[in-house]
Amino acid sequence: MSPQFEIQLIAVVVAVACALPGVFLVLRRMAMMSDAISHSILLGIVLAFFVTKDLTSPLLVLGAALTGVLTVSLVELLNRTRLVQEDTSIGLVFPLLFSIGVILISRHAGDVHLDTDAVLLGELAFAPFDRLIIFNTDIGPKSLYVMGSILLLNIIFILILYKELKLATFDKGLAAVLGFSPWIIHYGLMSLVSITAVGAFDAVGSILVVAFIIGPPVSAYLLTEKLSFMLLLSTIIGAIAAVSGYWMAHFLDTSIAGSIASMIGITFSMVYLFAPDKGLIALARHRTKQRIEFAVEMLLVHLLNHEGLPEAERECHRNHLYDHLHWEEDFIRKILKNGEKKMWLRSEGDLLYLTEKGRAMAQESMIT
Amino acid sequence: MSELLNNLLFDYTLRTVALGAGVLGILSGALGSFAVLRKQSLLGDAVSHAALPGIALAFLLTLSKATLILILGAALAGWIGTYFIFHITRNTRIKNDSALGLILSVFFGFGLVLLTYIQKQSYSNQAGLDKFLFGQAAALLQRDVLTMIILSVLVLSLLVIFWKEFKLLSFNADYGSSLGLPVKKLDFLLTGMLVIAIVIGLQTVGVVLMSAMVVAPAAAARQWTERLGLMVILSSVFGAFAGISGALLSSSISRLPTGPTIVVCISFVVLVSVLFASGRGLVWTWLREQRNRHKIKIEAVLSDLYILAEQHGSIERSHPISVLRAMSIGHGGVDRSLGDLKEKKWVEQKPDESWVLTPLGLEEAKKLFDGKNKIL
Repeated sequence: MSPQFEIQLIAVVVAVACALPGVFLVLRRMAMMSDAISHSILLGIVLAFFVTKDLTSPLLVLGAALTGVLTVSLVELLNRTRLVQEDTSIGLVFPLLFSIGVILISRHAGDVHLDTDAVLLGELAFAPFDRLIIFNTDIGPKSLYVMGSILLLNIIFILILYKELKLATFDKGLAAVLGFSPWIIHYGLMSLVSITAVGAFDAVGSILVVAFIIGPPVSAYLLTEKLSFMLLLSTIIGAIAAVSGYWMAHFLDTSIAGSIASMIGITFSMVYLFAPDKGLIALARHRTKQRIEFAVEMLLVHLLNHEGLPEAERECHRNHLYDHLHWEEDFIRKILKNGEKKMWLRSEGDLLYLTEKGRAMAQESMIT
Repeated sequence: MSELLNNLLFDYTLRTVALGAGVLGILSGALGSFAVLRKQSLLGDAVSHAALPGIALAFLLTLSKATLILILGAALAGWIGTYFIFHITRNTRIKNDSALGLILSVFFGFGLVLLTYIQKQSYSNQAGLDKFLFGQAAALLQRDVLTMIILSVLVLSLLVIFWKEFKLLSFNADYGSSLGLPVKKLDFLLTGMLVIAIVIGLQTVGVVLMSAMVVAPAAAARQWTERLGLMVILSSVFGAFAGISGALLSSSISRLPTGPTIVVCISFVVLVSVLFASGRGLVWTWLREQRNRHKIKIEAVLSDLYILAEQHGSIERSHPISVLRAMSIGHGGVDRSLGDLKEKKWVEQKPDESWVLTPLGLEEAKKLFDGKNKIL
């Protein structure tokens, strides 16, 4: 495998591993928890390092995962005092834990090969240099195996607890009544996010992990109504962004993780604009359509009110619509065209008449 | 201590850093109060991250590292990020937290792309741009602080001028709009002021920790008062205190970075406030609960004695403690309650160790029953 291919493979694995738990965070309105966790795991990594003196020890992952859970518990503890709001408690907890981590690193700068730049920003380009060697055989970059195992863990967790996760996400109350502890699922998910964030941090850094976790699921959220599709779409979007981001970084000679995050942003913008039902354009179309439909119905009701009466000559005159409904000429033309196309009204000269169908329609809208 | 004071007055670097951190604390404390009250605590986090591409672009366009230019770029990018967040939450079903996280990380990622791009070009003066990432209070110059002070005075005067409007906007925007206030414009202005406060702090405490400077002083101040005016002042004082003490601490202890130290200081203020704030503090609430629980137990024993007296039709008759214990199953602590009642002279112990109400205790017990039992 060439280093280039390896980097792309690692990027794809990281993106997919992050997107899976991200789906549940987005649905459970806890997206910012990923930001909090990804920052405060720094403290866990540093503390675990002091114990093991080895930056590649699996204990680091454990330490970081524990700090992740600690963050979540502290936030909940603060919430429960009801002295501060939920988002405020997130904003109070993670900067403190992160600061303690940074202070510890600086105090022991001599004996920790860990600097804040590396933790915050990460560097994917270095990943292929750290090889996993078993029985004197080089079997590939270490981070590929680390992230691969984490991805596997995420997939297994979601497959086994799919039903429970789904229920606890969409109807916490029912889940509790049926005997699934929402707390176990909650903390399980949070541990998963912590482990994923630890695995991803030296590849992409703790801030961009958030983009990997939140970005693809948020885009997928606008494209589907089904949880299983959302999971699938998120992984696809994550993978596409990872590969395209790598090539963007390659051509511009810039940070790979940053480029992937930018691609995630671009993907989201595309979805935001063009998503079939929920995109801005679809939304604007929908609104225009509704406006016209409503206006046509209003015109039908107006005609129904006055037809056959002495004032019909005046009220049902095309030119009267401006005085009565404040419609501009363009809009009147559009509405009349729409009404005639649907065979609800016809015009003779400038006078407007309901058709049979139009009268029925108008009567129906009066009732409902 | 006197040496520290001496340093503060005469040491150029320390004076500059302490002044900068103090000014930052005042400004972010004041505007943070509004952010916290308007449930925008994490907006600070998003804005500070979103500011990064603005800094890089401002440098790329002007090739200048003047604080004011970089701050303007940062403010513009931060504001655009904020606008995106509002736009996304207004037009889709995406919730506020997801929009915040998305914008924060994507803008930051884009900023990183620009920064690495700048580093690869051979601009002679690009060094030091990344100090905005983590903040480097020690690198503050007097003219940086001057820029900070001027901007702060500007923002704070706006706050005073539009005080009434901002207050209404924070607590009841609908009412404000029914009075004919331009709520949208005010919202725009207040958010803009918050953005400026945040980008001013980036140089000192950095992108990651700036959010703490917005949230923490305000959260601490909120515990002490129910009045907006007092809260803003307290919050500024806390912010300034944390800024200055953080700067002093990090200067007197080696290898103690300023930004994180400031955050630890302000977190300490929050902890003290949450525990000990008058009225709301957790310690006082806990003590009050204990006191109430004790009072209820005492009253339970008193009323038990009263009921016994009533059932036996005699106030003189005394009752052994085992009876009272049996009546108190579920709340216990009978011995202690009797001891307290005896101290109050509401009950007394007969020579055979059984208990009886005193006339004083009878009056108290009657109060508990509110005259509903009329036998005695």
